[in-house]
Amino acid sequence: MSKTVKLRKGLDIRLIGGANKIKSELVLPKTVSIKPTDFHGMTPKMVVKEGETVKAGSTIFYDKYNEVVKCASPVSGKIEAIVRGEKRRILEIVISCDSEIQYESNGAMDLSSMSNEAVKEALLASGLWLCIKQRPLDIVANPNNEAKAIFVSAFDSSPLAPDFDYVLHGKNEEFQKGLDALAKLTSGKVHLTLNGKVPANSTFTEAKGVEINKISGKHPAGNVGTQIHHIDPVNKGEFVWTVNAQDVALIGRYFSSGKYDVRKTIAVTGSEIKNPHYVEVISGSNVSAVLEGQITSDNVRVISGNVLTGDKIAQDGHLGFYHNQITVIPEGNQLKFVLTKGWMGPGFDKFSNSRLFPTFLSSKKQFRLDTNTNGEERAFVVTGELEKVFPFDILPMHLVKAAITDDIDGMENLGIYEVAPEDFALCEYVCTTKINIQDKIRKGLDLIGEECM
Amino acid sequence: MKFLENIVHKMEPKFAKGAKLEKWHPVFESFTTLAFTPAEVTKKGAHIRDGVDLKRTMMTVIIAMIPCLLFGIYNTGHWEMVAATGNRDLVFWADQGMKIMMGLKVVLPLIIVSYGVGLTIEFIFGIINGHSLHEGFLVSGMLIPLVMPADVPLWMVGVATAFAVIIGKEIFGGTGMNIVNVALTARAFLFFAYPTSMSGDKVWMAGQESTVDGFTGSTALGDLASFMSDKPVFENLEAYTNHYSLFDSVLGIIPGSIGETSVIAILLGALILIGTGVGSLRIMASFFAGGYIMGMLLNLVGGNDFLDLPAHFHLVIGGFAFGAVFMATDPVTASQTAMGKIIYGLFGGMIAILIRVLNPAYPEGVMLAILFMNVMAPIIDHYVVQSNVKRRLKRLKTV
Repeated sequence: MSKTVKLRKGLDIRLIGGANKIKSELVLPKTVSIKPTDFHGMTPKMVVKEGETVKAGSTIFYDKYNEVVKCASPVSGKIEAIVRGEKRRILEIVISCDSEIQYESNGAMDLSSMSNEAVKEALLASGLWLCIKQRPLDIVANPNNEAKAIFVSAFDSSPLAPDFDYVLHGKNEEFQKGLDALAKLTSGKVHLTLNGKVPANSTFTEAKGVEINKISGKHPAGNVGTQIHHIDPVNKGEFVWTVNAQDVALIGRYFSSGKYDVRKTIAVTGSEIKNPHYVEVISGSNVSAVLEGQITSDNVRVISGNVLTGDKIAQDGHLGFYHNQITVIPEGNQLKFVLTKGWMGPGFDKFSNSRLFPTFLSSKKQFRLDTNTNGEERAFVVTGELEKVFPFDILPMHLVKAAITDDIDGMENLGIYEVAPEDFALCEYVCTTKINIQDKIRKGLDLIGEECM
Repeated sequence: MKFLENIVHKMEPKFAKGAKLEKWHPVFESFTTLAFTPAEVTKKGAHIRDGVDLKRTMMTVIIAMIPCLLFGIYNTGHWEMVAATGNRDLVFWADQGMKIMMGLKVVLPLIIVSYGVGLTIEFIFGIINGHSLHEGFLVSGMLIPLVMPADVPLWMVGVATAFAVIIGKEIFGGTGMNIVNVALTARAFLFFAYPTSMSGDKVWMAGQESTVDGFTGSTALGDLASFMSDKPVFENLEAYTNHYSLFDSVLGIIPGSIGETSVIAILLGALILIGTGVGSLRIMASFFAGGYIMGMLLNLVGGNDFLDLPAHFHLVIGGFAFGAVFMATDPVTASQTAMGKIIYGLFGGMIAILIRVLNPAYPEGVMLAILFMNVMAPIIDHYVVQSNVKRRLKRLKTV
C-alpha cells in the first residue's frame, strides 16, 4: 500500500542563491579525488600506489574488514597523491585525469536474467555498492545483512538543494534500470517517495516495480530518514538501505553499459555565486574549474553538499562522494557589534525559527546567512525548540542527551536505530545553545555500532 | 564601532593563554561578548546557525518583566505613602510624583544588591571553572527583587542571593543544570530563615510603621488567610471585597511583593513571552487552569469565607499570576516534554491554591508549589519519555 504522509513539523531555511535551471556541459576536471572519510567507519586498504596509472572503474581500495566492498576510480589517469592525516590515516586519494577517459568494461548486462546474488556481486565489484547506505548507523551497507526495504527519495528538501525532477529529466531508462537492480537486493519493497507538494517528473511517476509514496511538508520531508520513519520504520535488529536518486541512475547506467561512468549533475548554489546553475561533473571532481569566475567575494566558505550537512572544502577542493551540490556562503569571522548586527540588534538580516527577530513576520524573504555561530556554546536551557523541527515520534532532546552521556540503553529506547546525523541537522541549526548535535549523534551511533551491532 | 573593536583586539593578547592576565580571561570574554557577538564560526555539522542565542532569549525575558518592575516601583511608593497618611485614595501624581521617587528609593537598591552579589559570585565561579558569564543570572537577578517584600533589609537580599546562586545553582554546574528555580530559592531561603521579615503585616510597606489607627499593613492574601484562624481581619467576604475589589487586584493596587501585584502588568509580560515563544504557553495556561480547578473544588467543600472565595479571585491575588508567568515557565527547572509541561503546570496551579487555603502558616503557596513541582518535573518527564518508548516498542510487536 502506498502511503501519503503530511508533516506539520520542519523548517525551510530560505537562502539566496538557488540554482537556475541552466545546465553547463560536462567539465572534465584536472584531478578527481576519493575521500575514504566519506565512508564513515571504513578502514581503506589501498590496492594502488602513488604514481600508478588506473582506468575508470579500477579498484583503488577495499574495506579492510569487509573485503568485498570496493571503491573504484571515477576517471582514468595517474594516482597523484595519497594524502594522509594523523596516525597515517588516509584522507584523500588524488587522481590526475586523462583528457579522454578510458573505462574498464565488462559489457552490458541483462538484469532480468541475472540472479539476485549476481546483481549484488556486480555492484560490489564495480564499486557502486558504496552508493548504498544502511540504517541503523548511517554507514555503507553491509552486504552480509538482509535489508527489509530500500528507500529512495525523489526529492531533496534541504536548503538550495538541486531539483531532482530537473536533474534526472529524461533519464527514465537509467533510473528504472537502477530501481530494477535495487529490487533484486531486498526481499522487501523498494520505496520511492515523491514530494506531495509539486507534481513530479515522469522519471519518478512512471517508475515500475516500486512502491510510490508521497510526503509533503517542510524540510526534512525530503530526507530519507523522515520517510523511513513514517512509512516503514526501522526497529532494533532490522536493516533498511537507502540510495540517493542520482546514484540510482548511476547504477542503472552501469548495468546498461558495463562501465563505471559516474557523471552526475550538481547544483552550484549559494549567495556568493554569481550565476547559480547546474553543471555536469564527474563524481569527486576538483571544483576549481566549476567555480572559476563564479565567486563574488573573498571571504567565503565553499561547501561540498548543502549548508546543513555538507563538508567544508578548499576553493580547489574536491566534491564529496555523496554530494549533489556545491554551496558557497560568506564566512562570519567578524565581530558583530551588539546593537547593529549582534545579539541586541534589530535583526533584519537574521533568519530564525524562534520569533525573536522581526523577520519571522515575512514568509518569503530570502537570506544571505554567514557561518557565524551567532552566539556561544551553552548548556541546554531552552526546551521545546528541537521538537518543532523534528518530525519523528522520537524525543530529540532526550536522545541527544543520551548520546552525549554515552547512555546505550537510553539511546536504544529513544530511537537511535532510526536516525542518522543528517536528521538532526535542523535541530543543530535551531538550537539556542550552539551545541554540535550532529557530531553528538554520530558519536552515539559509533558507540552503538561498537557495542550492540 | 571600529574604535571599540580595536580596543578588543588590542586587549585580547593580554588575556590569551599563557599571558599575564590569563586567569581573568572569563571576565574579559564576558564583557567583550556583551558588546560584540563573537567572530566564532561553525566548525562541525551545520555551517549556518540560527540567529538566536541565549543572550537574546534572556534579554527578552527581562523586557517582559519591565511592566511588572515599573508598576512595582509605583505600587511600593503608593503603599508607603498610604501607610504614612492613612489615605487610600491618593491620586497617581500625588505630591509631584513623590510615590515614584519613594518606590525607586526602595526598589533600585534591591536590584543593585541582587545583581551585585549574584554577578560577583557568578564571575568568581567563572574564573574558577574557566568559563565566561552564563546568562541565566541576568533573569534571576531581576526576579529576586520582584518577589521581595518592600521592607526587606538589603543585607538579607544579599545573603539570600548568595545562597540561591551557590547552593541553588553553581554546585549543580551553573546555568542550565540547576534543579530548582534560583529566584524562588532565594525567596524560600528568606521565608524560612527570617520569617518575620518575609511574612506577617509589618513588611509589605516600606518606611516607618504606620501610626494611623486601625491600619493594618498585611497583604490581601494575608487578610484572606486570617479567615482560617480565630481572628479574621475582616468580618466576612463582603467586607474584604469592599476593601480590596477584584478590580484593585487586577490593576495591582494592593500590598504585596514588589512585582507580583499587578495582573495587567504580568499579562503584558506573558504576551511578550508567548508572542516571542520564549515562555511556554502550555505551562502558563495549565497553571492557571490548575489554580482555577482547585479554587472550584474548595468552593464545593466550603465552610468558611476563604474556602468560599470565588475561584477567579485566587488567580489575581498573591503571587499566583507572577509565579505562573515568570517562575513556573523557567525552562531549566520545568518539565521538558510537551505533555509533561501540561501536567507540571496543572499540578503546580492546584498545589499552589491548596497550600494557600489549607495551610494558613504559608499563605504564599505559589512559591512552595513551584519549588515542589521543580523537584517533581524530572519524574513527570520520566513517565512521558517512557510512554514514548513503549509506544515505539508496541510498533515492533504489531509489525
